[in-house]
Amino acid sequence: MQSLVGVLFDGLAYGTLLFLLSVGLSVTLGMMNFVNLAHCSFAMIGGYTTVSLMGSYGWPFFATLPMAFLAAALVSVVLERTLYRRLYRSSDLDQCLFTIGIVFISVAAYAWFYGTVVQSTPMPDYLRSSVEAFGVRFAAYRLFLIGMGVLVALVLVLALEYTRFGAQVRAAVDNQRMARGLGLNVDRAFMITFALGGGLAGLGGALAINIVGLDHSFAFNYLVYVLIVVAVGGLGSIGGSFAAALLLGISDMAGKYYFPWLGAFLIYLVMVGLLMWRPLGLFGKR
Amino acid sequence: MPSARPFFQEQARWRPAETVFWLAALLPFLVTPDYLSLASQVAITALFALSLDLILGYAGIVSLGHAAYFGFGAYTAGLLAKHFIGDPLLGLAAGAAAAGLVGYVTSHVIVRFRHLALIMLTLGLGLLLQEAANSASALTGGADGLQGVRMSPLLGFKFDLYGRTAYAYSLAVLFLLFLAARRIIHSPFGLALRGIRENAVRMPAIGAPSLAHLRKIYTISAVMAGAAGALLTQTTSTVSLEVLSFGRSADVLVMLILGGAGRLYGGILGALIYMVARDQFSGMNPQYWYFWIGLLLVAVVMFLPNGILGGLARFSERKS
Repeated sequence: MQSLVGVLFDGLAYGTLLFLLSVGLSVTLGMMNFVNLAHCSFAMIGGYTTVSLMGSYGWPFFATLPMAFLAAALVSVVLERTLYRRLYRSSDLDQCLFTIGIVFISVAAYAWFYGTVVQSTPMPDYLRSSVEAFGVRFAAYRLFLIGMGVLVALVLVLALEYTRFGAQVRAAVDNQRMARGLGLNVDRAFMITFALGGGLAGLGGALAINIVGLDHSFAFNYLVYVLIVVAVGGLGSIGGSFAAALLLGISDMAGKYYFPWLGAFLIYLVMVGLLMWRPLGLFGKR
Repeated sequence: MPSARPFFQEQARWRPAETVFWLAALLPFLVTPDYLSLASQVAITALFALSLDLILGYAGIVSLGHAAYFGFGAYTAGLLAKHFIGDPLLGLAAGAAAAGLVGYVTSHVIVRFRHLALIMLTLGLGLLLQEAANSASALTGGADGLQGVRMSPLLGFKFDLYGRTAYAYSLAVLFLLFLAARRIIHSPFGLALRGIRENAVRMPAIGAPSLAHLRKIYTISAVMAGAAGALLTQTTSTVSLEVLSFGRSADVLVMLILGGAGRLYGGILGALIYMVARDQFSGMNPQYWYFWIGLLLVAVVMFLPNGILGGLARFSERKS
């Protein structure tokens, strides 16, 4: 039987992971209104980069994390430049269908290259240990994950609030046409944001391997969770995404521990209820 | 004041190509008697795609969870046949009515939303219903599916192994509901729906009860989806959780887009191509099947935005 603190802790770690996976989508969706259902495919790029580098080349875990970020950022920016940009003026439906198509293709491609087994990576010893406090054992890896998530959230918030680029992004999210009218290069800001968002998803994918596992259908399994975070948190809001991700992570963990027979029913119910109450999300402004 | 009647009569005129199409639908009885089971699956899926076309193609309601109504109809028909009475027509009516009721209730929520919130809500409601069916395994059989569905003969004809009765039955239901959908689309109500699709703000401004219209077509669409689900249960004598899955919602969307949304025949054509292709490639690992579907989706969105029928229409316009 897990204690309440243990459940909260696991939920926090899981929520941080969901935050990393979804924050990029939230910002890019807020900027260009582009419904990118393939966001989790970028996460898989990161995950499989880590698996390959560790498995085939013997890289240490920490060294693979920047590579996971870079690989996902690179692929996402290439896709954005070549394919996605043609669809900014298309309907929601076309964007949905196109990106679902990308998900189908990527899932099949990963199954082709890596098979359908669940991947795992050996962890360094100091991440496999655990810290004991208040009678509860805290796994070191989860502590590391939570620290990472908080760090990323802090850096993002500070960068958005206090840098010139951050101000451009905020302007583009608030009113894209006005920002263009003032001479901001929204396309360039979007490209960079898209790459950053894809990279963060890739980092999330690499960190997810030891929490939820990684297999070829990852992009589908976590699509719904990521969309819930984005829709509930509100578009373009980093604080909103963080709060929504933690809420979702904790309630999902609590649901799995205390009401296992309900499955994911509770999560979907909460999401539908929240959306009906606030269609723009908890922290959405538009 | 000129009457609107000639306009609607011209719109609703029955074209020769349509007669040819429906006569061709009878061909499998003569030409490919070994494939009648597949033919009945195609007819059922076509009906499901047609139901989605009514809301997506004509009213502009994007749904990623339409399998909810299909599955509700399927389980209703299955449970009725298992526990009470195996009469197919009664089961069909019950499945359609039950799905319609759910559709009516949910329509009050659905029609208020657009864009991302709408996509998320339809997805969420679909997943919610699937999880509910999975959890209520005492009633639905959960992941093992509903076993022991026994059907009585249909008007004296037994459901045979070759699928003769199944195909005749599915095709007849498809044709009748198609006629109903055609009648709805070519009515003033149908025209109002297209108006809402084109400009959701302007229609209420000129006095059309937009939300009421949308609720009505959503309910009608749910009834048709439920009927399709009931048909699937009755022709296969089993119900699995798959009828409620996201995969089914996504598949039917793919078919409709492939054929061409907002054209009545688009969903039917898309279902025909998709189902026959999947049957031909059934030896292929499903993973790789989805690779081609993904590629197809990307290509259709990029190069053929109105589907096959839309492309054909543009081609013939250019020639004339």
